[in-house]
Amino acid sequence: MKRISVVDPERCVGCQMCMFACTRRFSLGGFGRSTIHVKSVGGIERGFVVVVCRACDKPAPCARVCPTGALASRDGKGVKLIRDKCIGCGKCVEACPIGAVFWDEEAGKPAICVYCGYCADYCEYGVIKLEEV
Amino acid sequence: MSSSALPSRVLYIDLTKKRFWIEDRKELFEEYIGGSGVAIQLLKEECSKGTDPLGPDNPIIFTVGPLTCLFPMASKTVAMFKSPLTGELGESHAGGRSAVAIRSAGYGAIVIKGASDMPLYIAVHGNRVYFKDAAAYWGMESTLTVGRVIRENEPGSGVRSIMRIGGAGERLVRYAMVTTETFRHFGRLGLGAVFGSKKLKALVVSGKNTIEVPNKKLYRDVYEELFKLMVESDLLKKYHEIGTPINVLTLNALKGLPTRNLKSGEFEGAEAISGERLAKNFLGRRAACSHCPVACIHLAALREPYEDEPYFYKTTWISYDYELTYALGSMLGISDTVGFLKLVDSIEKYGLDAMSAGVCLAWATEAYEKGLVSKEELAGVEPKWGDYEAYIKMARMIVAQPNEFYKHLAMGVEAAATKYGGLEFALAFGGNEMPGYHTGPAAYVGYLTGARHSHLDSAGYSLDEKTIGATPSPEKIAEELFKEEVWRQVLSSLVVCFFARRVYSPEKTAKALSAVGVERSEKELASLGEKILAEKYDFKLREGFNPENLRVPRRITETPTPHGKISEETIKRAVSFYVEKVKSAKKQPLNL
Repeated sequence: MKRISVVDPERCVGCQMCMFACTRRFSLGGFGRSTIHVKSVGGIERGFVVVVCRACDKPAPCARVCPTGALASRDGKGVKLIRDKCIGCGKCVEACPIGAVFWDEEAGKPAICVYCGYCADYCEYGVIKLEEV
Repeated sequence: MSSSALPSRVLYIDLTKKRFWIEDRKELFEEYIGGSGVAIQLLKEECSKGTDPLGPDNPIIFTVGPLTCLFPMASKTVAMFKSPLTGELGESHAGGRSAVAIRSAGYGAIVIKGASDMPLYIAVHGNRVYFKDAAAYWGMESTLTVGRVIRENEPGSGVRSIMRIGGAGERLVRYAMVTTETFRHFGRLGLGAVFGSKKLKALVVSGKNTIEVPNKKLYRDVYEELFKLMVESDLLKKYHEIGTPINVLTLNALKGLPTRNLKSGEFEGAEAISGERLAKNFLGRRAACSHCPVACIHLAALREPYEDEPYFYKTTWISYDYELTYALGSMLGISDTVGFLKLVDSIEKYGLDAMSAGVCLAWATEAYEKGLVSKEELAGVEPKWGDYEAYIKMARMIVAQPNEFYKHLAMGVEAAATKYGGLEFALAFGGNEMPGYHTGPAAYVGYLTGARHSHLDSAGYSLDEKTIGATPSPEKIAEELFKEEVWRQVLSSLVVCFFARRVYSPEKTAKALSAVGVERSEKELASLGEKILAEKYDFKLREGFNPENLRVPRRITETPTPHGKISEETIKRAVSFYVEKVKSAKKQPLNL
């Protein structure tokens, strides 16, 4: 079972290559469908915060509040979005304690990390990696 | 919302009427691609002949390109306006998150017109545009503070750009800059003063649009190709490691590093302000523009004690690059590394263009040495080479303008020297203070002929460095510079960072464009570049740029370059050839 691990945020240069990679999975530009987010701590001189799903143990906080059961457990760690069940209520976004459930405005549904590791392939600075949990 | 691969929406904001609207200008982007190409067209539409650069009719135009958000290193925003410094074409480029934010908000361009009667800042969040009362911001001298406060009061952290002015912009210093993401700048030609004249303290832009491409496979294939070149080849290593200040020692060894107002091309204190020294002793963090793996932004960490309290320190983060190391280092004879960093920090906070400020301070020092200006006119400061504390005080007074002398210094070195004398050592070209390359004739021909009077227009320094010992003829210089400036019109229309110019070769550029549905051959791209340059020249000539009458400061012919002493005649001949080339480009039918 894999997840994205933030190895060392102090190495982050804020290039956001990971964010672009995530939306590029759909051959789209921008980061409207990204499930990883990089922002400064409060000015780039203070460094960066990398927000990405930590694949919580079952029952994950996001799954617990989903009224339609659209967030299924991924074999005990992390969740998987069943898009047809999701009504786009947004409760999962509020429930995530680290803000790692993002919102796909074009679809009106949450953007949930699929733990594929594509983002890490474009991180030139060793900030994130795909790891076994 | 998702957008098509070629941007087309232009957001118009009228500060006088406090209203905004969006127009689809597909035809403009189809013909001119984006960036500089689209910006010069919008400038021609919005800025009529003889417009006062600091009046309400001077528009501010921001443009991005079709590769922005889709490909790496296409993250520059082009700003165009009429320059309050030179009175003709104002064009300045900056990175940070500006371009990505504008495109993600759904726009290819933003045009700001009119002037507000009260201090404002504008917040653009996708389709929503807010006019925000900036009464509490007006008077904030430091660009750092403005950014810090807006950051706390606007949404979009991570996907926004905060473009703002400091005290210099408010006080209409003709070379005030606009700062974005704290350390990136629309530095040259006075965009900050244009903001200030409109009582516009800041522009915040954010958005999260995605962008669709017509050919998904081609898009991802070309992406991989470009990305690999960026990270696996040596093409960008120089910017990545020591950064642009690696040039300090290189240029010093060539005797092409302008020192003490170019009394010399060699600085005995160069090592202390070299990229190597800064990296070894002060480099505290590296950062990148959005969608760029290179991370050329180098931040020095300066740890200083507070004097009123033992064991109480502050750490200041100071961004450094080659150009400001020349302008605020060697040009002022400063070899105290900490003092140099403190001066850089002041200039950054006030929002002054580092190059123009350094050249103005250098001229003032020599004018004082020669008795052209008095201690009284300098408001009690006695500048001498290397005295960074005096220069920090003077920078403050360029902003505050307590007397006639500083009022003139705030108008640029040309204006100050016209009034007080010393034009022969007032180092401006086409009205713009010189960049840091005393490398030979091509650099100067480039400053004089370049549409922006910048070293980045045609990279004359690079031609000089390649031809040491075999100085090209004036015709050849003109030819080479023209070719380079033409191609750079294409790159800046795509808003590709010039550091990536060797990655975005004509072949790769055509391929990247094809992936977003724009089919242009390499030849067509070159023709487009000629056309854009010719149209910029049209604007310049209309506003009074006169290539026949360009001033060549005598100083540059007195101090030997790596090509020996250069003559005014050589430079003027090359300028004439250059202008002829632009004119013939205009006349020829363009086969697009």
